[in-house]
Amino acid sequence: MQNLKLDAIKRKWKRKDLVSLEALDLSEIEAILLAAKEFKTILKENLPLPFLNRRTALALMVEPSTRTRVSFEIAAKKLGISFLSIDYKTSSIQKGESLKDTAKNLEALGIDFLIIRHPAAGSAAFLAKLLNISVINGGDGAHEHPTQGLLDLMTIEEHFGTVRGLKVLIVGDILHSRVARSTFWALSKYGAKVKFVGPITLLPSYFKDFGAEISYNLDEALPFADCIILLRLQHERQRKDLFPSIGEYIASYSLTTERMKKCKKDVLIMHPGPVERGVEMESELADSPNSAILKQVENGLAIRMAVFYLLASYFENR
Amino acid sequence: MTTEEAYLISAGRLIDPLLRRDEEPATLYVAEGKIVDPANYPKDFPWTKIDAQGLIILPGLIDMHVHLREPGESRKETIKTATMAAAAGGITTVVAMPNTIPPADHPDTIAWIRKKVDKEAVVKVYPTGCITEERLGEKLAPFQSLIQAGAIALTDDGSCVQNARIMRRAMEYASVLGVPILDHCEDTALSDGGVMNEGLWSTLLGLPGWPSIAEELIVSRDILLCEKTGAKIHLQHLTTEGSIRLLRDAKKRGLPVSAEVCPHHIALTESALKEYDPRFKMNPPLRTEKDREALIEALVDGTVEVIASDHAPHALFEKEVEFEKAPFGVVGLETLVAVCLKELYFSKKMDLMDLFAKLTVGPSRVLGLEPPSLRYGSAADLILLDLNASWQVDSTAFFSKGKNTPFEGMHLKGRVVLTMIDGKIVWREKRLVEKQKTV
Repeated sequence: MQNLKLDAIKRKWKRKDLVSLEALDLSEIEAILLAAKEFKTILKENLPLPFLNRRTALALMVEPSTRTRVSFEIAAKKLGISFLSIDYKTSSIQKGESLKDTAKNLEALGIDFLIIRHPAAGSAAFLAKLLNISVINGGDGAHEHPTQGLLDLMTIEEHFGTVRGLKVLIVGDILHSRVARSTFWALSKYGAKVKFVGPITLLPSYFKDFGAEISYNLDEALPFADCIILLRLQHERQRKDLFPSIGEYIASYSLTTERMKKCKKDVLIMHPGPVERGVEMESELADSPNSAILKQVENGLAIRMAVFYLLASYFENR
Repeated sequence: MTTEEAYLISAGRLIDPLLRRDEEPATLYVAEGKIVDPANYPKDFPWTKIDAQGLIILPGLIDMHVHLREPGESRKETIKTATMAAAAGGITTVVAMPNTIPPADHPDTIAWIRKKVDKEAVVKVYPTGCITEERLGEKLAPFQSLIQAGAIALTDDGSCVQNARIMRRAMEYASVLGVPILDHCEDTALSDGGVMNEGLWSTLLGLPGWPSIAEELIVSRDILLCEKTGAKIHLQHLTTEGSIRLLRDAKKRGLPVSAEVCPHHIALTESALKEYDPRFKMNPPLRTEKDREALIEALVDGTVEVIASDHAPHALFEKEVEFEKAPFGVVGLETLVAVCLKELYFSKKMDLMDLFAKLTVGPSRVLGLEPPSLRYGSAADLILLDLNASWQVDSTAFFSKGKNTPFEGMHLKGRVVLTMIDGKIVWREKRLVEKQKTV
């Protein structure tokens, strides 16, 4: 079904893969966001969808994932894309096959999109170079999770009407977070001021060279924030001894109702999920009117539909 | 390989770093495997002429940091292929690291290597022995037996002895035996899991960092142990500004400490990893521009006396994996000279005399070997270098089985066109052969 707005956006699209937001320029981020908004309207108003049938997407999850995989799956199915997923526990990688060989075999089977989640940073870039099909980074180690960054951006823009000039805190385990990186690139390229907050061992000073501000004191940073994005502690990626105890982390960096008193009244609270209630934030705050956590999930669907749609157009535009 | 035994190498520019000789045009005579005085030979002696016009005649180079991969990993490299690569790179002597399978921690392994070298090697090879059994850093290897079997130095290269008490004992014991300890400086508690330099780029790329201080802490420890024991210590493949500062201070105090740097560390920085290409993954990792400049400065001012390749070949499939999974190491024998020329000579930081001293006199002094020279009576280990030859790095043309070069596709200038060992030509570039035919 023809959609003139989407047609206009896709004609300009020139990328085969979505590996990182750092690599995208502003116009590309804008294109994805515009397409996502259009998809959201289409879904809400139950308008006819532009189908990408006869295409197949495969999610290769070499690391556990529920919400990202399901979100991609629903996005694909709404567009008429056949969707398959391979769990790392059942993949040939478990038998010692290299990622290269697994991916080449999957490509040979005729898939059009490969969504890769992998514990190694750079794995999506590695596959994007290797394959002729579209590779979508569903999270590569501590590097990037571009669709998460885009859905965060969309949620903030939707809430405030604009991103430019907004002050956003990203709080927690910044060092090991791919969300922190992708969301930072999306927000800063779109004109927001980002401040990272966390314990010094999880927030090395090198982040300043990204163009971000950094702070080790959440209480000091809270009053200025328009939006606070809390991150999950990446227990699986951390080596030991990065901070003394969860209790100490909570005392310094957990968002509590007490700490909320220091915040702007209408501060927006976000979290990429899954939330560890009582650790990153007090449980009630996750369900409070300030929370946009479920809105993020909803927007994730529109973003992933937009990504499928635009990457497919790369092959049409060639 | 030819069987002629007497050569007249004419009209070249002779550079001998040991004698500080730089002459042009120079003529050199080779007979019975040595550099000889023609006055001692009849006037009608049948010299085979080699026209070296436009070429530089240099003593053969020593690369004191090479992984031959045998025994145990012939899929990566063999003694034959590595030494062919060395010959093509102008290296007439290689020093083999002991991190083989099994490691060279037993005299039988050294004997095996020497036997294989006698049979297959194209250039001279000196094995090293391990500092500790199985390179585990726990129990000293049998130094005396290793030396008797032919080891010329001791190192756990690829690993670093973490326990300072073991290292102290190793240095004390080695000093009496008169061999140097070569140390790969890495505090593994600090570098644990690191796959690239810790800094802006590792943060950007989301890769675990290997911080400078992990090297500097061991450099510092080794210098203190050197002061305590009086043993000769050689610090391998230094990469950081801090290490250089520590080394410079130690030398000022007259300690018997020496060091080497590698061509890749003076030519590249951590930003080369931006595409996650495992060809740039090495241990120690590529550092910052500031570190790179400090290494060059240390070569220029004499703080560092050796350049070594740390030739570490891997099979192609081993590097075609996710960056974090890929093994550390790059090949370097066939690009050593040209990369050094690019970064040090053509960039006008060093003259040829000083540059080639780092590849001849420097390593020979550290290892206690006869310094390569072109004086009468010296072994005729020499090379002819065409300084103006432009070429592009193409790993498929390497003799080495390892194609893991970080310089793939790079345009370089300067190429070794002939390598001679004990008066025998072991490598000669095709165009030089063709040129000879037309003479």
